[in-house]
Amino acid sequence: MKLKKILALTLALAMSASLCACGGGEEAPAPEAEGGDAAATLKIGGIGPLTGAVATYGVATQRGAQIAVDEINAMEDKAFAIEYDFQDDTGVAETAVSAYNTLKDWGVDVIYGTTTTGPCITIASETNADRIFQLTPSASSPDVTAGKDNVFQMCFTDPNQGVTAANYVKDTGLATKVGVIYNNGDAYSTGIAQGFIAQCASLGIEVVTEQTFPADTNTDFNVQLTACKDGGAELVFMPIYYTPASLVLTQADAMGYDPIFFGGDGMDGILNIEGFDTALAEGLLLLTPFNATSEDEMTANFVAKYQEAYGEVPNQFAADGYDCIYAIYNAVQQIDGALEMDQAALCDALIAVFTSADFSVDGLTGAGMTWQANGEVAKEALVVAVKDGAYAAQ
Amino acid sequence: MTFLSHLITGLSLGSIYAIIALGYTMVYGIAKMLNFAHGDVIMVGAYVCFFAVTGFALPPLVGILLAIILCTILGVVIERLAYKPLRQAASLTVLITAIGVSYFLQNGAQILWSASPKSFPTNFFNIGESKGITLFDGGLTISYVAIVTILLCLVIMAALTFFTGKTKMGKAMRACSENKAASQLMGINVNSTISMTFAIGSALAAVAGVLMCSAYPTLMPTTGALPGIKAFTAAVFGGIGSIPGAFIGGILLGLIETFTKAYITTNLSDAVVFAVLIIVLLVKPAGLLGKYVPEKV
Repeated sequence: MKLKKILALTLALAMSASLCACGGGEEAPAPEAEGGDAAATLKIGGIGPLTGAVATYGVATQRGAQIAVDEINAMEDKAFAIEYDFQDDTGVAETAVSAYNTLKDWGVDVIYGTTTTGPCITIASETNADRIFQLTPSASSPDVTAGKDNVFQMCFTDPNQGVTAANYVKDTGLATKVGVIYNNGDAYSTGIAQGFIAQCASLGIEVVTEQTFPADTNTDFNVQLTACKDGGAELVFMPIYYTPASLVLTQADAMGYDPIFFGGDGMDGILNIEGFDTALAEGLLLLTPFNATSEDEMTANFVAKYQEAYGEVPNQFAADGYDCIYAIYNAVQQIDGALEMDQAALCDALIAVFTSADFSVDGLTGAGMTWQANGEVAKEALVVAVKDGAYAAQ
Repeated sequence: MTFLSHLITGLSLGSIYAIIALGYTMVYGIAKMLNFAHGDVIMVGAYVCFFAVTGFALPPLVGILLAIILCTILGVVIERLAYKPLRQAASLTVLITAIGVSYFLQNGAQILWSASPKSFPTNFFNIGESKGITLFDGGLTISYVAIVTILLCLVIMAALTFFTGKTKMGKAMRACSENKAASQLMGINVNSTISMTFAIGSALAAVAGVLMCSAYPTLMPTTGALPGIKAFTAAVFGGIGSIPGAFIGGILLGLIETFTKAYITTNLSDAVVFAVLIIVLLVKPAGLLGKYVPEKV
């Protein structure tokens, strides 16, 4: 409590100091001067949870983007420098709005974020009304982009992920009978599951059972697993977060049921749970756009920089963030006089670039990524399997 | 076969509720207060055991003993610091203090051990490589954890019944439960009796924590919260204050929950559990085995 007070006080002081600086500050040199010959800068404002229950995701997107910004600013022949500010929204929509207003006062050109779906839907309406271009690294619901021409996604939409998973099962002939376990109290999990089930129906894969659980605090999955086992499911699709998934794997092992388990990108992180026996996850498939162990040069370079800076292996959220910054950087370069434009003109110009057929980005999370008019990304999903306690590309 | 496997699941889930409920009911029966921090003492016990076994590589039995010792101390300290000063206060005050202690423990654990989940070792009760008894050519597996939990639950219930019924300390506890002032006049040290109750309740919590996390191995600062509430429900269901009642309530709760999931819907399992509770309380206001004591006016 006391710590919070001190923190609040420090922040308040810092804020008033910066206000003073603004008041007296016409003579203060703008940071772009250090960019050398590149006179103009682009202000990218990020929003995501740096504290609170979903801080893991926000911190990753902030750090991944930071690495891209540092790379671009360190380039000799950069088109322009980037100023980057990331505001904490604690994963809550109300806080995200104040974070967004802070960034608007700062004079933001492009919004990068938000990390999680709930706040992103709110911020998307705001940016749509204000005509500011927005690219989210990881808010995956279709509701984020629906009806908002200025909002684009770097991640797959939830139903899309389900469809991709079903296609993969069909193409590789992994199974003809599948069971689905998902959290029906969670929009992410439900979205993927429904996309998967619908696609299975059209591909002729038999879904023997659809099992749900109400919240991630659920601990007993024996009933759901028994239903899958009795239905003869050779593969269990579970688009759920890694915490409940670790319990599913443990309980399946205890009851001697050994189907192929297949998860979505929320499964990423399961190998890092302290004390988790990774042997239980052996053979687990998961859909992720990013594999940190890949030997691809770009990925290896990113992973090395990230590890040096933050002491941990980056996950897909960090990679999405890195790609977002490069996508914005590449798109802005294609616009003549982009840096002299106001936000609304830049927004319209960026929409035109992102939706044009010849604009594509090669990033960590996919090669040749393009965007549709509705804001969804088109890229290949990567299926990785857990092998000897690490990810291996399939 | 499916029915049998659901039955086993229900029994093992129920026996975990029962073992937690025994702690609740013990404290309620003697101190006449709802110790909502009980679920969080379970969590602390599980963390102590987790770090003893994975961090310091101690054998499981030592880890469990360490958890029991530390939880007993924690329980007594909580009682001394938070509840004893409120001995004369209204029961609502004590109840709210208990909720406060619960949040204190959860957030303290979050600072100490971070919010990220840990995976509790599941091999404590394995015999060699085997995790359980397999019957009918793999059609049915009964894990040793479930067997140990059910047996231990019965043993603890019997021991507690004997303790409160036959020993001197147990008699003192029952006397305190009937009337604190009168028992003090009879030469019973009420404070140490209540401390003893908390010590026993918290030791049970440590055992429950280890068993629960062996069966459902995700360990987080909030791990104890929901099972705590469910076990409280079980205690009320069976008649709070009654030791066999807590056992029966816990087992029934686990069975109802599992069968609802299996045969009605996974979405409504909690709703059905609580609906049954309401019906039972309408018919028998003191719970299944509780004693209904009318207020004398």
